[in-house]
Amino acid sequence: MKRPLLPILVCLIWVLLAIVGPWLSLDPNHIHLQSILQPPGSASFLGFDDLGRPILDRLILGARTSLLVSVWVVGLSAVTGILIGTLTAYIGGWLDLVVVRVIDVFMAFPGILLAIALAGIMGPGINNVVIALSVVGWVGFARQARALTLSVKERDHVAAAVSMGTGTPRIILRHLLPLISAPLIVEATFGIAAVIISEAGLSFLGLGVQPPEASWGSMIRDGARYMLVSPHMVLAPGLALMLVVLSVNLLGDWLRDVMDSRLRQAGSDTC
Amino acid sequence: MLRFLLYRLFSTLLVVFGVSVMVFLLIHMVPGDPVDMMLGESARPADREALRHALGLDLSLWVQFSQFMSGLVRGDLGVSIHSNRPVSELLLERAPATIELALAALLISVVIALPMGVLAAVRRNTLWDKGAMAFSLLGVSMPNFWLGPLLILIFSVGLGWFPVSGREYTGSLVLPAITLGTALAAVLSRMVRSSLLEVLGEDFVRTARAKGLPERIVIWKHALLNALLPVITLLGLQLGVLLGGAVITETVFSWPGLGKLTIDAILRRDYPVVQGTILVISVTYVVVNMLTDMVYGIVDPRIRLGNPK
Repeated sequence: MKRPLLPILVCLIWVLLAIVGPWLSLDPNHIHLQSILQPPGSASFLGFDDLGRPILDRLILGARTSLLVSVWVVGLSAVTGILIGTLTAYIGGWLDLVVVRVIDVFMAFPGILLAIALAGIMGPGINNVVIALSVVGWVGFARQARALTLSVKERDHVAAAVSMGTGTPRIILRHLLPLISAPLIVEATFGIAAVIISEAGLSFLGLGVQPPEASWGSMIRDGARYMLVSPHMVLAPGLALMLVVLSVNLLGDWLRDVMDSRLRQAGSDTC
Repeated sequence: MLRFLLYRLFSTLLVVFGVSVMVFLLIHMVPGDPVDMMLGESARPADREALRHALGLDLSLWVQFSQFMSGLVRGDLGVSIHSNRPVSELLLERAPATIELALAALLISVVIALPMGVLAAVRRNTLWDKGAMAFSLLGVSMPNFWLGPLLILIFSVGLGWFPVSGREYTGSLVLPAITLGTALAAVLSRMVRSSLLEVLGEDFVRTARAKGLPERIVIWKHALLNALLPVITLLGLQLGVLLGGAVITETVFSWPGLGKLTIDAILRRDYPVVQGTILVISVTYVVVNMLTDMVYGIVDPRIRLGNPK
């Protein structure tokens, strides 16, 4: 499997800029009145926005927003979802029935719509974005973890562990999770891409980060207003967003292929 | 057969009930006082109380819930705080625009995805295949709030072919439909490709080829028809993405549909309208999925026979 070098590089740059951003002596909120809507040039690599702020600096601030939100949301939803999914599938009974119905109800909402409503009702702000997207995000993990657990819980080594008196938490953590982690890691990778888009979407609608904080979504919204005179304002954040999402998706594709072939190899070894 | 249909109907009703409960809880249990949000924190206590009373928020949660549910059964979704009109009236007024947009997007995505997926599967591992998959990846990585402005920039501002926004002119529909349909086309073409590849490996395709049928008929008549079944299910599931995406696309193009109504209501803190739009969009999604499932069950006996009790 060829390693996708370019996507890995893009992701590394994204993560690095987001982390070291605060130490780069950026000026994302400094207003240069003479430079309002100035196109890219020597003064600033990507030009200035409608308030005369340097777009490159705001782009880096936006990278930080997208990384923070996506790591938090995917982390929270994965932990909650996987916990609920494996536990209910393993224990079964009425608990499982109830959880399946709850998952059904959550799946009945178009995901982004529920997030929009939640963020709208709780009020704007980055914390509420994380909460809204996690409330939507855990369902996918729970569903997949449940299905995967059901497929492996009857295996002999689990029965052996049970007969030796191993407790439920230990069985789930040591005997089930390692078996089902590969597809969940792939799911988490695609989850990162989806959350980056959702965060930007909420901020585009004005429900995400509030000024003067920057998000690629709110930058696209501001840019769309000045599209006729300064297209650079909408092009820069859009390209950055697309590039990062594309790279994360490619990374997910590659991971899936790698894990698939490993699983297949492992399967043929035991046969 | 009847048993399968009844089972599906019953489980859908259960989900619809769950959805209604959740929409109710969304407005009533989520931290943050709607009255505070509507009037601002500096409002006079008397005004606050008056609004609380007008919205029925001073009643107990159970009373509010039973009022909400009995209203739902009668088709009464409350009254908009902003325009003072019944929510159901607003919904009916805005629904046609969203249906129009969703159908157009669906049409565009199928027209793009079907030939592209077939081509990619038939010419597997050629440049055609790689091109189609590159499009698919680009399509899912391109959020509609970025594709929309980009299309406006090129086709409205640059070439002047289509209006920038609104729904007044013929041609207004084109850009929003492409914006909304692209992501679906991307997912769909991938699905058509993989489903067709699977079917092409089956025995009946080999038989069709062996009895000397032209390749065109083997692909389009024998293989594709079978490959389309999972694609139809996906289409049903993707409708949710489409409806959710419509909220953003309608905002980008000022398209006067349900999505725009939802966002405007959220920004105005018009909670009865928020409640109504989310309920209607979600229930539509659930019902369409039920119908897809039923059609699928009628067409393919394996589904209804394999149905768990």
